[in-house]
Amino acid sequence: MIKVTIDMDKCQHYGQCCFEAPDVFSLDDAGHIVYVAEVADDRRDDVESAADVCPMQAIEIS
Amino acid sequence: MAGVVIIGAGLGGLRVAETLRASGYAGEVTIVGDEIHLPYNRPPLSKEALAGGVEVADLEFRRKAHVDDVTWKLGSPAVTSSIKEGTVTLADGTVLHFDALAVAAGIRPRRLPIPGPQAGRVVLRTAEDARELRAALVPGAKVLIMGAGFIGCEVAATARKVDCEVNIVALDAEPMIRPLGAELGAGMRRRHEANGVNFHLGRTITAFNGTDHVESATLDDGTVLACDIVVEAVGSMANVEWLDGNGLDLSDGLSVDDAMIVEGTTNVVAVGDIARHHNVLFSGPKRRIEHWNMPTETGKRAGQTLAALLAGEEVSQAPFSAMPSFWSDQYSHKIQSFGMPGNATRIEIVSGTPDEACIAEYFDDSGLVGVIGIDKTSELAPYRKLLMERG
Repeated sequence: MIKVTIDMDKCQHYGQCCFEAPDVFSLDDAGHIVYVAEVADDRRDDVESAADVCPMQAIEIS
Repeated sequence: MAGVVIIGAGLGGLRVAETLRASGYAGEVTIVGDEIHLPYNRPPLSKEALAGGVEVADLEFRRKAHVDDVTWKLGSPAVTSSIKEGTVTLADGTVLHFDALAVAAGIRPRRLPIPGPQAGRVVLRTAEDARELRAALVPGAKVLIMGAGFIGCEVAATARKVDCEVNIVALDAEPMIRPLGAELGAGMRRRHEANGVNFHLGRTITAFNGTDHVESATLDDGTVLACDIVVEAVGSMANVEWLDGNGLDLSDGLSVDDAMIVEGTTNVVAVGDIARHHNVLFSGPKRRIEHWNMPTETGKRAGQTLAALLAGEEVSQAPFSAMPSFWSDQYSHKIQSFGMPGNATRIEIVSGTPDEACIAEYFDDSGLVGVIGIDKTSELAPYRKLLMERG
């Protein structure tokens, strides 16, 4: 499993991650990011891409 | 073994290196940076890092494990090169040999030749620039900003947060007018004015006054504005002079093909702010796009190209496709854009008004080319999807 964390002090809810891995990251009705904290290993490429495109570089993967 | 030399240790250079390794290239990779820092994220420099409390180490990009073995040559820019010989010479005299070269050298702020004292005139591009400016942003300081683009406006918002007096002087009719258009630009101007910023639009600075340090600026209409510090945010220049003498057209960055290979070369790619490229999603001439997401988009493509080239495989010439996107934070407001709104010949505000949360659609002859939302981030996704379908 891959552990996903968003640093909520950095996150500005731009939602760029949602386009790369929509099954992991999404915006709720209030425009706030919600995400799945543990995802299967075969999702790594998309989760890495989501972390790459975050303008605030708020996504950590381990 | 000469391997790949990447000139530029910013986001674009990092993405090229990562993609080379992810694509199976195991040869030598050397990344050259003019700054002493490992790749770091620049957008916070006009916002969080300028308001205080954020250091450059906090802004470093996460570096994936597979780039642990690249060689970093930091603090010394490239000064000359010979593509024919496969060499780049750095300011410290080092000569690097390459099989393939990646140009990721980025841009630097344009400086205008205005008479008067130089001390007190700063730009904002690097972590050091941000540190210097931050020291000057104290309550009551008189800050004069040249240019009403995104950097100028973000610095203005940050400076007001720490209670500086802020004047913006710009030739444009409204702030951020080129991407936003006049109506949304005016809406953002009124937000800035409500926060205490004074605009002098359609104006230029003809002289700075003071003995050793800037004390005031004279505008072309004779207005004199007192200032303790001047922030020059009037556009940028591509860092390509070190490529002079190679027979390349350096007049507007570097022209590249869909694989990011520089026109007139076989083993040189360019990425990021300086790569002038086509985009299958948008018609028209090749363009340089100085948006944060483009170094990643172009860097990944260029890394794939070089990996194929160096493995003796065929390089994909599939059309380059990337969705330009920008973001800006000013006060509590968030501007977000997808597409090429600056190309529009017609703008329609489809939700809200320019003075509140709103969405504007941007059109040219081919249809929808862009969308911008102010405080409407969560409603923009369907527009991005529509724009992606242009390809």
